[in-house]
Amino acid sequence: MSIILDHVNHIYEAGTAMEYAALKDICLTIPEGQFIGLIGHTGSGKSTLVQHLNGLIAPTSGSVYYNGADIHDTDYNKKELRSRVGLVFQYPEHQLFEIDVFSDVCFGPKNLGLDKKEVELRAYAALKQVGLEDEYFYQSPFDLSGGQKRRVAIAGVLAMKPEVLILDEPTAGLDPKGRDEILDQIARLREETGMTVILVSHSMEDVAKYVDRIIVMNKGQVKFDGRPREVFRHYKELEEIGLAAPQVTYIMQTLKKNGLDVDTDITTIEEAKNAILKALARQRREPET
Amino acid sequence: MGIVETKNLVFEYIRRDEEGNVEGITRAVDQVDIDVKQGEFVAVLGHNGSGKSTLAKHINAILYPTEGTVWVDGKDTAKEENLWDVRQKAGMVFQNPDNQIIGQVVEEDVGFGPENLGVPTEEIWQRVEESLRAVGMYEFRRHSPNKLSGGQKQRVSIAGVIAMHPKCIVLDEPTAMLDPNGRREVIRAARALNDVEGITIILITHYMEEIIHANKVFVMDKGKVAMEGTPREIFSRVEELKELRLDVPQVTLLAHELKKSGLKLPDGILTFEELSAALGYGKKK
Repeated sequence: MSIILDHVNHIYEAGTAMEYAALKDICLTIPEGQFIGLIGHTGSGKSTLVQHLNGLIAPTSGSVYYNGADIHDTDYNKKELRSRVGLVFQYPEHQLFEIDVFSDVCFGPKNLGLDKKEVELRAYAALKQVGLEDEYFYQSPFDLSGGQKRRVAIAGVLAMKPEVLILDEPTAGLDPKGRDEILDQIARLREETGMTVILVSHSMEDVAKYVDRIIVMNKGQVKFDGRPREVFRHYKELEEIGLAAPQVTYIMQTLKKNGLDVDTDITTIEEAKNAILKALARQRREPET
Repeated sequence: MGIVETKNLVFEYIRRDEEGNVEGITRAVDQVDIDVKQGEFVAVLGHNGSGKSTLAKHINAILYPTEGTVWVDGKDTAKEENLWDVRQKAGMVFQNPDNQIIGQVVEEDVGFGPENLGVPTEEIWQRVEESLRAVGMYEFRRHSPNKLSGGQKQRVSIAGVIAMHPKCIVLDEPTAMLDPNGRREVIRAARALNDVEGITIILITHYMEEIIHANKVFVMDKGKVAMEGTPREIFSRVEELKELRLDVPQVTLLAHELKKSGLKLPDGILTFEELSAALGYGKKK
């Protein structure tokens, strides 16, 4: 159940004066079950990349394989692919349209041609997965709060039972609690179902906290690809391309500079707390001479 | 009297069903008294639906109070004859840069505001230049706004407001859609306007790191001001903020966690150097 991008190039408006290479020779393997953070500044090619993963746009050259099959073969079933690779766009709540929450979530599975019972079972399960209470099911989606609307929109994609879930900035504009709730739910869901999750985000702190692998895009190419602590070790290069490390990484750099011998490959608060306590204890045992 | 002042401000939305019958009334802003002095940098925090944007929209008379009064530079915003004055004195920048840029060329967009105020042509050009320089976008004056990054677009939006020579700018989540670099650019521009030009800034945000330099912070909840104080005072109350669905900067949270593990640290640490000094490393202030 993996996705492979093999030498993928994408050029917008090729052959015109507006020609622009959004993706340049991308080779990536996305194995089943990984939690991936995709970061990069505005215009770095992130969105073009994710739209290749469910065949919304085709590479100018190169191939995309899903479970070993080339998704742009003439006899490949793209409709099925799109139910397997679910894409939640930015501000997905703008796409809600049905008269009530439940019908909105039913829309996707209904269009897969499933029978009514199965559609309703899936919609119910998806709404439970995103943590929406029953009392909201028959309300208009437009009467919900921002965080709730967004969860309904995510449920709409989950009801298709995707094997891969791609979320483009799912927390933009949400308050800190709303942000944590959505990301916690996605993390839990991934543990329960084993699905692959790709999180496109501008929040380095969120990415550091949740994902196992970070892919950094810059000028249409993969600049870094690795575990969070490996990627954020390059914080100076990340800054040069408009990104940053989580705040906590800079805290550790400051402490190190000021003479506290701490590990600086740190990306979360929990790690930082332990590293500082350890360093302080060590330094107490061996007072400076 | 300050540049922005509200007294017993109440705003109610009337909810209607499809036939237009009244279903109920939502009180989005409930008895709010705030007083912002000329030249201050004020931050407003609050969870989604806490009433902060509704409050902000009263400051340049997009909304009028249901009860109570709002004064901008001493003028009552509810009086129609004050409308132009109020909107010129208090400018507003919104979340989505693409919704607020109308010009085909950057300098044309920035000139739109003063043009509508009837400013003479020569002075419009002068103001456009000053405003674009103030946000560091002068070299892009001949560019098409479509080709700019999110942070650059937001800075053009801010320049468009500055060109109207306001005394106060309200920024309603100006960085929510931006990448880290864009966020830095916008916050730096806002702080520079405050420091150098003395323009009052009211910043609404969900990013706690952005407000550590503010003079004053208001925290909204259920339409009321739930907390008020300096960033240090506000961020000392970690648990209360969490109950209000908010957060503290990572450095403050880390200090709080270390304190819970038994280290002796002061509350409300806001910068890396402060934390380092409190741990006994680096210079004390």
